[in-house]
Amino acid sequence: MVDATFPTQRAPINEPTAWSRLKTNRQWLGWWFMVPALGFLILFLAYPLGLGVWLSFTDTKIGRAGEFIGLENYEWLGGDSIFWTSVFNTLLYTIVASAIKFAAGLYLALLLNKSLPFKAMIRAAILIPFIVPTVLSAIAFWWIYDTQFSILSWTLKKIGLISTNIDFLGDPWNARWSTIFANIWRGVPFVAITLLAGLQTVSPSLYEAATLDGATPWQRFRYITYPLLTPIIAVVMTFSVLFTFTDFQLIWAMTRGGPVNATHLMATLSYQRAIMGGSLGEGAAIATAMIPFLLFAIMISWFGLQRRKWQQGADND
Amino acid sequence: MTDLAVKPATAAPSKSSDDHSEGMSYLESIPRQLVTLYLPLGIFLVVLLFPFYWMALTAIKPNNQLLDMERVSPFWTWEPTFQHISKLIFESQYPLWLWNTMYVAAGATALSIAASVLAAYAIVRLRFKGAQTIGGLIFLAYLVPPSILFIPLSTVIYNYGLFDSPMALILVYPTILIPFSTWLLMGYFKTIPYELEECALIDGASRWQILTQIVLPLAIPGLISAFIFCFTLCWNEFIYALTFLQSVQNKTVPVAIVNEFVDGDVYRWGSLMAGALVGSLPLVILYAFFVEHYVSAMTGAVKE
Repeated sequence: MVDATFPTQRAPINEPTAWSRLKTNRQWLGWWFMVPALGFLILFLAYPLGLGVWLSFTDTKIGRAGEFIGLENYEWLGGDSIFWTSVFNTLLYTIVASAIKFAAGLYLALLLNKSLPFKAMIRAAILIPFIVPTVLSAIAFWWIYDTQFSILSWTLKKIGLISTNIDFLGDPWNARWSTIFANIWRGVPFVAITLLAGLQTVSPSLYEAATLDGATPWQRFRYITYPLLTPIIAVVMTFSVLFTFTDFQLIWAMTRGGPVNATHLMATLSYQRAIMGGSLGEGAAIATAMIPFLLFAIMISWFGLQRRKWQQGADND
Repeated sequence: MTDLAVKPATAAPSKSSDDHSEGMSYLESIPRQLVTLYLPLGIFLVVLLFPFYWMALTAIKPNNQLLDMERVSPFWTWEPTFQHISKLIFESQYPLWLWNTMYVAAGATALSIAASVLAAYAIVRLRFKGAQTIGGLIFLAYLVPPSILFIPLSTVIYNYGLFDSPMALILVYPTILIPFSTWLLMGYFKTIPYELEECALIDGASRWQILTQIVLPLAIPGLISAFIFCFTLCWNEFIYALTFLQSVQNKTVPVAIVNEFVDGDVYRWGSLMAGALVGSLPLVILYAFFVEHYVSAMTGAVKE
């Protein structure tokens, strides 16, 4: 399969025919096997990543090749209040949503780790928000948050807590909290189920021993569960932060950055500027501005993984 | 290594779920459990599942009940109707969009799994020079989000002449799927005893024969996990589909719902929710059959 598509490499000169050597030598074979995966990743990931950084230094528009303009895009963005709003929103969105996802996810994982009837079914049901395409559930939330016919407003009115409908997506702060809630709703199952997998590897005998020694439930959590779970928490939260930070679909389906740009994240703003507005260079600059934050998250993940290897006392094989 | 090697198929976390059936739970009385366990769990379940209930209910409510919250309770309907769903299927291009989504997802998944199997096998078993580095780089690729790639990719796609074609998505989605499934399959391949391969090598099998006739059959659970997870990710993908596809008949379900269904009609909610419901059902059904594989894919990639 690979042989057919791969152009001939520099053939080593050797006594068993060069061809049979290419077929059996581990070094060559290894690279041959890597070709399809690396091909995709270089063509559609590494190259565009570099191109994106380059585009951010040009004034490219849709349908017109740009010229190098240095840091002009960034300088322009520096004075753009909408850009700063989007940075603020992204940070607020990421920090609040990730913190709550972590707390709620951990709590849910601890609940699911107890002995329960129908545990498998409950676990399956909890994951459903993660399975259903985000845009489709975002649309359901859009309907739930409807200005006139919101079921939440209706219920709260019937209970008597409020007298007029809440304008969930029409008011800047309401819209921020509503979208953050929808993000948490979607993220909690992922955090919970992965942490649950981590919890299940903790030996119950540790808890039994601690209980015999008179540890309170909080102490059992703090001194047994939490330290043993730290490595997996580091990884899960890195992913969670990363995907929350670069979220696009939820906001786009629910508010498209409105009302008056109050819920724009950096990703939605760069889409609006680059694809709808046509200024690819400027959009690329916004996207590139996300990279430092992502690197920061990746560093955390890296150190989390390192610590895990150290805890297990072995290399990762 | 050796204890894992005994049962390669159970790298999944499921094995520990029935380990401690009783545990220390007998120490907690029933009323106490009711408050500390069942009540919070119930609240979680209601909050997590309510949007789907609401989606499904709206999709089958007749129009006159949809916006009338005074005369009938909005939480139930006694007159379910298939009007929205039939409108969706027979009067819109929805079946076409569904087909596009499935076609793109299947194509991208197949490509990615083929590429990942080869890559994972090479990294884990051939151990060529630089294998560890490449493994690390592929993991890093997992951390590059589509949101920072879609702008340069749109120019790349345009230059390759793939703009507005499902082929663009089939070729681009593997960048999301390959890193993930390579790591997942690396984990599975590590659990397959090396001795099996050595025997085959002595018997004169080529690496290709070893891969297709020994390793792959043993890694089927891993392949299923990777397949389900990739398929779901493709179905879910939005930003690339939104950027690269222009014409109505080429769109995928998520994009089409956001762009084509949102009109000024007050009764649009019925068809919107029907669209969302029908768009989610295939995945939910697939998921229902392979929950364990799905969970092991999700947790496996994180654990590796």
